[in-house]
Amino acid sequence: MDFSYSEEQQMLQESVQKFVQKSYDFDTRKQVIASAAGFSDENWKLFAELGWLTVPFSDADGGFGGLAVDLMVMMEEFGKAMLVEPFLPTAVLAGGLISALGSDEQKAELLPQIMAGELQLAVAYAEAGSRFNLNNVATTAKVAGDDVVIDGNKIVVLNAPGADKILVTARESGAQTEANGVSIFLVDRNAAGITLIDYPTIDDRKAAQVQFTAVKVPASARLGAAGGAAKALGTVIDRATVAVCAEAVGALESLLGKTVEYSKTRKQFNTPIGSFQALQHRMADMFIECQLARSIVMRAAMKLDSAESDAEKAQAVSAAKARVGKAIKAVGQDAIQIHGGIGMTEELDVGHLFKRVTAIDILFGNGDYHAERFAAL
Amino acid sequence: MNADFTAEELAFQKEVREFMQNEFPASFKQKIDANIRLTKDETVQWQKILYQKGWAAPNWPVEYGGTGWTPTQKYIFATEMGLVGAPEPVPFGMKMVAPVIMTYGSEEQKQRFLPDILQSNVWWCQGYSEPNAGSDLASLKTTAVRDGDDYIVNGSKTWNTYGQYADWIFCLVRTDNSVKKQEGISFLLIDMKTPGITLKPIVLLDGHPEVNEVFFDDVRVPAANLIGEENKGWTYAKVLLTHERTNIAGVPRAKRRLLALQRIAAATDDGFGGTMVTNPVFAKKLADVEIELMALEFAELRTLAALSVGKAPGPESSILKIVGTELAQAMDELFVELAGYHCVPFLPEQFEEGYQGEHIGPGNAAAAALTYFNNRKLSIFGGSNEIQRNIISKAVLGL
Repeated sequence: MDFSYSEEQQMLQESVQKFVQKSYDFDTRKQVIASAAGFSDENWKLFAELGWLTVPFSDADGGFGGLAVDLMVMMEEFGKAMLVEPFLPTAVLAGGLISALGSDEQKAELLPQIMAGELQLAVAYAEAGSRFNLNNVATTAKVAGDDVVIDGNKIVVLNAPGADKILVTARESGAQTEANGVSIFLVDRNAAGITLIDYPTIDDRKAAQVQFTAVKVPASARLGAAGGAAKALGTVIDRATVAVCAEAVGALESLLGKTVEYSKTRKQFNTPIGSFQALQHRMADMFIECQLARSIVMRAAMKLDSAESDAEKAQAVSAAKARVGKAIKAVGQDAIQIHGGIGMTEELDVGHLFKRVTAIDILFGNGDYHAERFAAL
Repeated sequence: MNADFTAEELAFQKEVREFMQNEFPASFKQKIDANIRLTKDETVQWQKILYQKGWAAPNWPVEYGGTGWTPTQKYIFATEMGLVGAPEPVPFGMKMVAPVIMTYGSEEQKQRFLPDILQSNVWWCQGYSEPNAGSDLASLKTTAVRDGDDYIVNGSKTWNTYGQYADWIFCLVRTDNSVKKQEGISFLLIDMKTPGITLKPIVLLDGHPEVNEVFFDDVRVPAANLIGEENKGWTYAKVLLTHERTNIAGVPRAKRRLLALQRIAAATDDGFGGTMVTNPVFAKKLADVEIELMALEFAELRTLAALSVGKAPGPESSILKIVGTELAQAMDELFVELAGYHCVPFLPEQFEEGYQGEHIGPGNAAAAALTYFNNRKLSIFGGSNEIQRNIISKAVLGL
């Protein structure tokens, strides 16, 4: 048994830490968020040079190895620094789907571009009524000769405003919540019939509501077999779920560290507030939450990299997301409470960490959803 | 033992209910239902409607324009007002500074300030907290130095709510540095138009500049604006803190929000063909907050019954603040859960007056996270819940 990081993983971790230390302080990050795209193209190019964009991909795809544990190591560091660059939508989600479903030709065309930092992508899967059920797809795709025509509306499509192309789930057959019949198509963001209403998100990123009105794509834009995308979508979202859980672990550690530090320097009643036992116990509980969150996320990442059954893996992912959700509420809320009023302000990083973990709690299904999925598996 | 209203109280309830239904402007109700804040003018307009009816200041003594209601009548009034969603009066004038002026102000001060507060002609704000004086308020450092007939005020205040609208501010200032910290504080009224006052808005996590920092740079304040005696301000402020204990638990608002949760749950898809109201996990959580609300309501009624027989509100009313705020925060979490992805967009402007863009998300779903963030303040302000627990341990349990 060995929970230590490999040399390669340590290098990856240090690589992110160095970048953050040198180029990603809170004020710089503020400027990045304020830009039109909501992320720095320069940073993105640098991520490619540093090899970070290859981490989600297997050797066969020309990547770093594609291990969930590698991704966890990197995402945790992203979480600590609240990196807003669209690594998750472009590399993990879209890259993952192309890798899982794409033809050799599609992979050969797209994956190198992703890893080189030349292609921005978004995945449009959530709909107004789908809640967290990935198979609930009302968007339709109808074959018309050599083309396919897509109609529907997708919500909270992360990175859609900055994406060159969008991967969209659409139903070709079956009832609205059936797994069979869901396909994924690759569509130009600027294709005729696509309209975006874009907005910032609560966690300082960009997303959009995307309307598809009679959007015509060639049948070759489909990834994988017609109506056969649901399984791969579930697997890719599960991997992304563990990735954001790891990001949350980093953010929660950051919240704990900042809270402890603040409680040592903030004086009320002539003494640091950290000397009050009522607050000491709360911070001890925050520490426990962080440790349990980290433990169950490690467990999930290791399961994903193992030869266990699909059901075992899915259950480990849901266990992690449900438990991390509890930690997010406990640590996030207490971090704000112990900071007091200053924790409620835009100008302090603590509030932004709290908002990011709150968004992660919702992303890919909240704690209740995953506890129910866990129980049903 | 019974918890029923008398026939007179029921008649009063009917009268208040009809008044609220008829007189609270429908356009205001629409805005409240759409999660849009009322403007300053609208808030004042509603307050003036209450004033015309003679109901602007239920808690004031009759001689100053109060209603002379019993504690139960006040409770009924607050409940009925909360159930239609009508806003409480801005507390700083009506509930905070006015009782201090009534109790400790000079006759001249009473005549000068109270009628304008009653009629909502003047908007007040609060100058208590400072960057280094929060829970430990008595360590405040803003100074007022006597200079002839004036005080010269220097320093800064923070967490000043809606100072951007205010005409006047009431401040705790330090007038003596040589004594125990509580004994060198005075209570001063300051015209916001006085030269040397500047406001810096503080944007909170929901994107709204609800509070300010207020800076005082050699601000000259007539000594006639001092309340009571110099260096007695802490005593006055403490009286103020225990003065307003009605509706501290927020039960009417919680009832209204519970109904909203039930309504939204019934209209929210669970993603599998049903709705969230029949989702057993969510239904259990909804039951939990409903049960907590029932217990809180009866705890409040018991406090009220004690008040009705002339007992002073004791430190046990800290229970109402703790449970009321934590219940509100638990409800915030349920609104976020129901909203799911729909509360991820950060669109505070969508809930501002005059928003012209496309409405994103069903109903007020996109406001759920904003409210969740903003309401973290509930357990921080007005004496943090840690301070309230200290009060219970010390004053109630004798620890």
